[in-house]
Amino acid sequence: MNAPINIASLLKKTKDVFRFHGGVHPPENKTQSTQLPIGRLPMPKQLVLPLRQHVGNIPKTKVAIGDKVLKGQLIAEAEGAVSAAIHAPTSGIVSAIGEAVIPHPSGLPDHCITITPDGEDSWIERHPQDWRTTDVDTLINSLHLSGIVGLGGATFPTQIKLRSGKTTIHTLVINAAECEPYITCDDMLMREYHEQIVNGIAVAKRLLGATNVVIGIEDNKTEAIKAMRAAIANTDIQLKIVPTIYPSGDARRLVYLLLGQEVPHNKRSTEVGIQVFNVATVLALYRYFEFGEPALSRVVSMTGNVEQPQNFEVLFGTPLLDLVKAAGGSKADTSHYIMGGPMMGFNLPSENVPITKAANCIIAASPTLFEPTPPAMPCIRCSRCADACPVNLQPQELYWFAKSDNFEKAHDYNLFDCIECGACSYVCPSNIPLVQYYRYAKSEIIALDKAKEAANIARERNEFRLARIEREKQERAGKHAARAQGAKAAETSHDAPTANDKQAAIAAAIARAKAQKNADNIQPQNTTNLSASTQAEIDEINARRVAAGLTKQSPIEVNADKQAKIAAAVARAKSQKAEVDTLRQNADNQTKQPVADIEKQAKINAAIERAKTLKAAAAKETVNDVNTQPVIDLDKQAKIDAAIARAKAQKAAALKAKENQPKE
Amino acid sequence: MNRSPHITNAPTVSSIMSKVLIGLLPGIIVYAWLFGGGIIITLTLATATALVTEALMLKLRKRSIQPFLSDYSAIITAWLLALAIPPLAPWWLIVVGTAFAIIVAKQLYGGLGYNPFNPAMVGYAVLLISFPVIMTKWPAALSLAQTKLSFMDQFHYIFSATLPSNVNIDAVTSATPLDYLKTQLKLNQSMTVIQSAPIFGIVGSKGVEMIVLAYLAGGLFLLQQRIITWHLPIAFLGAIAAIAGLFWIIDSTQFASPMFHLFSGASMLGAFFILTDPISGPTTQKGKLYFAAGAGIITYLVRVYGGYPDGVAFAVIFMNICVPLIDMYTQPRVFGHRE
Repeated sequence: MNAPINIASLLKKTKDVFRFHGGVHPPENKTQSTQLPIGRLPMPKQLVLPLRQHVGNIPKTKVAIGDKVLKGQLIAEAEGAVSAAIHAPTSGIVSAIGEAVIPHPSGLPDHCITITPDGEDSWIERHPQDWRTTDVDTLINSLHLSGIVGLGGATFPTQIKLRSGKTTIHTLVINAAECEPYITCDDMLMREYHEQIVNGIAVAKRLLGATNVVIGIEDNKTEAIKAMRAAIANTDIQLKIVPTIYPSGDARRLVYLLLGQEVPHNKRSTEVGIQVFNVATVLALYRYFEFGEPALSRVVSMTGNVEQPQNFEVLFGTPLLDLVKAAGGSKADTSHYIMGGPMMGFNLPSENVPITKAANCIIAASPTLFEPTPPAMPCIRCSRCADACPVNLQPQELYWFAKSDNFEKAHDYNLFDCIECGACSYVCPSNIPLVQYYRYAKSEIIALDKAKEAANIARERNEFRLARIEREKQERAGKHAARAQGAKAAETSHDAPTANDKQAAIAAAIARAKAQKNADNIQPQNTTNLSASTQAEIDEINARRVAAGLTKQSPIEVNADKQAKIAAAVARAKSQKAEVDTLRQNADNQTKQPVADIEKQAKINAAIERAKTLKAAAAKETVNDVNTQPVIDLDKQAKIDAAIARAKAQKAAALKAKENQPKE
Repeated sequence: MNRSPHITNAPTVSSIMSKVLIGLLPGIIVYAWLFGGGIIITLTLATATALVTEALMLKLRKRSIQPFLSDYSAIITAWLLALAIPPLAPWWLIVVGTAFAIIVAKQLYGGLGYNPFNPAMVGYAVLLISFPVIMTKWPAALSLAQTKLSFMDQFHYIFSATLPSNVNIDAVTSATPLDYLKTQLKLNQSMTVIQSAPIFGIVGSKGVEMIVLAYLAGGLFLLQQRIITWHLPIAFLGAIAAIAGLFWIIDSTQFASPMFHLFSGASMLGAFFILTDPISGPTTQKGKLYFAAGAGIITYLVRVYGGYPDGVAFAVIFMNICVPLIDMYTQPRVFGHRE
């Protein structure tokens, strides 16, 4: 799309960089906010500090309402490795701790500490450290209390990035590309604080043990480039100018641009010995060690539809409207505010949000500046998105897969490599909100994976349960076999079982089943005298089981039923076998006669057939099909049915009675 | 709406499509100048048919009519088909062809963005197969025709199939060079004799080579406007030139020169306007090269060995079938996925 611009850019002074595929060049809109130096705001009436200002765990509150705090005092402590501390940006009183609106796309309120400044701005005692000589581990450990996070917008707690683990870092890349339109905070920092930034780079270099430092700046920041060039004159820091192409400020893209090193998709850059820091972050590092200043403020670009766009040094927790006021107020047709750049930023849920560590830029938006997108047309497969994608994905395919919920395919087409930079949507003639589709597909895949994991756990549990039931069944069967031995000995004495024998066997089986059921009906102690809530929980679990089709009855019930059926079936099978044996014997006797007329032969055949069928039926007999047994006569069948029905009814009545019992 | 990016900078679908129409204009003007105003009548008929059938189908499919009718995609189909068929064909031919292209090849597959085949080429193929005689009856360039038909004569002929009493149709039409070449070669005529026929121009066919140059100009406009990329036209023309060159080097008495093939028939129209239909084409850059090269080779083979004088339509339709396969096997390497 932007080939002519890119080529021009390349010809200018960016010969030694490695161009990545795609990228776009939106109107820069950066000069508006670079007219004035970094400004300062009057002390706000209140500072609202969200605890969640970084990636990772919420820090632990260390103050209570009414506490007096000093500037730089720790008010929330980092909780775990991936977390960052929060400090009082000025002295004052903790006036509230609770939910308040925060700058987040969800618009949901979150936990915040509110401080009412006393106007004195008095510091706690600061503890600068000699970062040139102090032991590196001590320095890194102390960062736990600094509250410093990546200020490029990713807000990753900085101390983790300095603990590189096994790999040694050879190259430190300083991200000064600032590729999003409108944003100029890093540009202004470099113009005004280049010396401190170079010191910050030295800090980061020492902490990482890097030997090589490369700064990457886009070629549209000529003044910053000049300032930084001068500042690094007597150092071995390299400065490389990269073409103004969005998203060259993305860490992986920048590493490639500067070093020609493609960080593998499944690795972090640290795993290939490269660490990336934003200019503002290294500046914060320097200030922390040199002056003992924790993260209390940052530079924010206040631009867009305001009277005088400018960059301001803003205390964390400052209300957005104070910042807007400092920039001369917003123009009349301002519709909303965007935090971040126009490519990746999000609409703020309210104008009452506080400025946080992630706020690099606030853009006052108006319908003129940001035209509402026309309705989406069908994709015409023009592949402009693919040409613009800096990751070399096929956005049109991913869109198709996401739209049709074909998540597996989307995954195969490397959906998770998408950095959501928005270059595809930016160039789409059909105005399809492509990035939204990818976010949707990603969240769905993550949710499905979670569900799958949960299902796996449930399956394992169920398998364990089934194994336990099987084991118990076998134990019972063992006992049963021992008991049956005696009965069998008695039975074998009869050559041809009579109807009485059968009746007796059935009666015995039913008796056994009943005994078994009674034995099973003894409730385990932990299900009696339940509290109402536990009972409700059990009921709910049972209901879920039934709903899931896992079981129609409680396992105990099933076992009792099964046991009865097994007994009955065994009895039937035995009697059938005896019958079959008799038939076969008769048949054998008949076939032994040398001359048999055709009629006889037919009868014999029929008998053999019958015998075979019976045998097959007997073999096929399972515990479940009590009702389909053809051999037992109707009378017997009816009796057995009645017995089973009775048993069931009793059981049901017992259960109902138990349910209706008043709960203690 | 809270969705990033908050800015876009893309031509709209309708501006892309309208630029394609603008790109066709030089060719149309030269066409009308060299062959008479009949082409304008055909174009008008085709446009009207396309708009009416598209609107009708959108209504039947309960889609909003206005945004889709104003995306100009139906008009492109109509124009491409009109430019591909003989300009003096009876009025119903273009109406039937366009209606088929829009109704069957486009709307029944789901409308804009969903048609797997190039609608204009489907319409063309259907007409060529169904009405081969009319479809191969091309008028000679005005400069060659024994009798020059006025605009009103052409108008009359298109609508009533009657000519002024003193004119017979054979005085107006002639075989196209591609056709003539094929039949004469079968009659064992030598290439030099064949090419000395008056219908041949400097490199292609007389008159048509001027139109082809105008298409080339329009195509360069589309390239400059970034409506199309170089991949498709270069690969298509390159493949035709390569295969024609190969055969020509082997036996120049039996096979026409690569220049002749590039400047005859629908080579140039195909390269810049037909193959470049994004909807039915591949999306990867490598895929575009394969797609266009395949189409170029098939075009040549149909011209030389096939039963039809030109092969662009069949080549495009055949390659359309291969698009999913081409796309699947030409996925570019994703950043950070180095093997």
